[in-house]
Amino acid sequence: MATTAQALQNYAEHFSGLEKSARNGPAWLRKLRQQGFARFGETGFPTVRDEDWRFTNLSTIAQTPFRLVRNGHDLPSRAQVSAYQIAEAAWELVFVDGRWAASLSSSGNPPGGVRVVSLAAELASHPGAVEPHLGRYLNIQRDPFSALNTAFLEDGAYIHVPKGAVLESPIHLLFISTAQEAPVMNHPRNLIVADEDSQVTVVEDYISLGRGEPVLSNTATELIAGDHSVISHYMIERENEQAFNVSTLRIQQGRTADVASHSVLAGGALVRNNVHPVLAGEGSECLINGLFVGRHRQHLDNYMLVEHASPHCSSRQFYNGILDGHAHGVFHGRIIVHKDAQKTDAKQTNRNLLLSDTAQIDTKPQLEIYADDVKCTHGATIGQIEENALFYLRSRGIDEASARRLLLFAFASECLDRMRTGPARSFVEKLIQHELGYRGDASRLQELAS
Amino acid sequence: MSLLEIKNLHARVDGNEILKGVTLTLNAGEVHSIMGPNGSGKSTLAQVLARRETYEITCGTVLFNGKDLLAMKAEEAACEGLFLAFQYPVEIPGISNAYFLRSAVNAIRKYRGEDEMDAMDFLPKLREKMKLLDMDEKFVNRSVNEAFSGGEKKRNEILQMAVLEPRLAVLDETDSGLDIDALKIVARGVNQMRSPERAILVVTHYQRLLNYIVPDFVHVLVDGRIVRSGGPELALQLEEQGYAAVETAWRGASPA
Repeated sequence: MATTAQALQNYAEHFSGLEKSARNGPAWLRKLRQQGFARFGETGFPTVRDEDWRFTNLSTIAQTPFRLVRNGHDLPSRAQVSAYQIAEAAWELVFVDGRWAASLSSSGNPPGGVRVVSLAAELASHPGAVEPHLGRYLNIQRDPFSALNTAFLEDGAYIHVPKGAVLESPIHLLFISTAQEAPVMNHPRNLIVADEDSQVTVVEDYISLGRGEPVLSNTATELIAGDHSVISHYMIERENEQAFNVSTLRIQQGRTADVASHSVLAGGALVRNNVHPVLAGEGSECLINGLFVGRHRQHLDNYMLVEHASPHCSSRQFYNGILDGHAHGVFHGRIIVHKDAQKTDAKQTNRNLLLSDTAQIDTKPQLEIYADDVKCTHGATIGQIEENALFYLRSRGIDEASARRLLLFAFASECLDRMRTGPARSFVEKLIQHELGYRGDASRLQELAS
Repeated sequence: MSLLEIKNLHARVDGNEILKGVTLTLNAGEVHSIMGPNGSGKSTLAQVLARRETYEITCGTVLFNGKDLLAMKAEEAACEGLFLAFQYPVEIPGISNAYFLRSAVNAIRKYRGEDEMDAMDFLPKLREKMKLLDMDEKFVNRSVNEAFSGGEKKRNEILQMAVLEPRLAVLDETDSGLDIDALKIVARGVNQMRSPERAILVVTHYQRLLNYIVPDFVHVLVDGRIVRSGGPELALQLEEQGYAAVETAWRGASPA
């Protein structure tokens, strides 16, 4: 194992500090953390010899003595945070260095009987609501980061959408890392329980305020999508280029549940986003839709593991990557079709644009099929901006730089077009435009309106 | 002052010389046609005028409105009023026809120091031009040329020409791949663009298009040079006799 004894010692010290401060919490929660820590102790951080991490070198993370941020840091002001808010969000929870900041979050109660609170607060006041779900689905055996997150589980968002509740506007979970004087880590843990027939949109958004020592954000989100529920989840990574961000979205889908998971990876030095849906109920559908935009020396790793555990389910993976400079993108799309998952319909597509000679993409489909009546396709393309398309735009008077940006935005729009119309999509569209230096003077949607 | 003055233009691509001394003058208000056998350099001439960088100019000058066209980049030439209707229009998924055209219109207006048009002002004008070309409303929001038939792509080229109102329109084999009905619609669109301020250069292999867009002058391009010029009846003559007669006469007359 590549993680040194000294590095493990660092984590052991922080873990025992946490255990002490959490000794009055429920026994089941303490046991969960212990299991997480024990597992991490067995494996340490993954290395490139682990098949699931083949293209991503974690030695910098493994060698950095990250600390937990303890008390007494200054909160950003409301004014600083307002630039990052989503207009028309139904509800906003703001976390600073992994900890819920009440003064920056929405107050009162969300509409429709929906519960959106700090996980730490819910564990303190209603642990019985959380216990049946927390830790039931996230696989700490498979992924050391999931184990580490579970070991340091303290706070994050708890969202409960009751049966039949429909929330039209998105819930915004804003995770802010502040500038620190030593490398720090935080392990947000989110639990989203959507009951039967409910509909909700949740946006997880990672930003940096200020520039300090490297930060490791290691998030785990368990999303339980009840029968016939319709869920949209967004993961937005726009931290500065010193941030390390690992996130895992573990989805458990009931009968005819419809879940769309969207990710936009634009910031960060090294980013790994794991999406792991299990289609457990018959007829459920999952869309995994991602965009990653890398420049300079960014490393953006997209890993998904779609498990078809029930018949008649369909899954779609669409990832678009734009890589410039010396950036390195990874797409690793795994599909497992279990023995009884007949009539599975699974499709995977990864399209990549390389804008420099030094940009790099590794794209790997991995299909494991154990049922015999299934439809499974996969495809990947790697290309550059099309010269003919560029000339066509220029021949109409559009200057070369603008034409390039237009074509990049068109490519990124493939991802945007898979998002449901609404405030979350508009928010993401502006983000993508900003990321690509593209100042669309009118949203394309406006063209339709007249 | 003539609108377009080409003098002794030589151009090559991948080390092969394609244009070997083209000389041609167009005045505003005129419709010219360039015809020629395959490989004569017709498309090369069209692309060179539109400033495609893959072609290297080795000799000659081109004045467009009195300005040095060969010193311009593609976008500049377009802003100065040159339009090329492509033989093989490319598909651009993710950019709607309306958005693309409005971007083009605004790029040109900005170049001329005019105010940009917003969607509210632009769309009615676009719809008006679309009616003239019998184009479906739905086209507005579809991606540029995506899933268009050959005929629809060519009509889209003429629509763009109608919207951008160029000084010089170069049509590169606009008739290729069109059936007679599509041809008539395209020709009608082009004829509506005739004006005393505008010149149109129709590059074509077949004479048929010229029954509908009747040119004032016809030039025959063989081996990268204009070897004969005449009035519209020259096109009919070529139709009857084929290019072989002209080629033989040209090769017989020129030194080995």
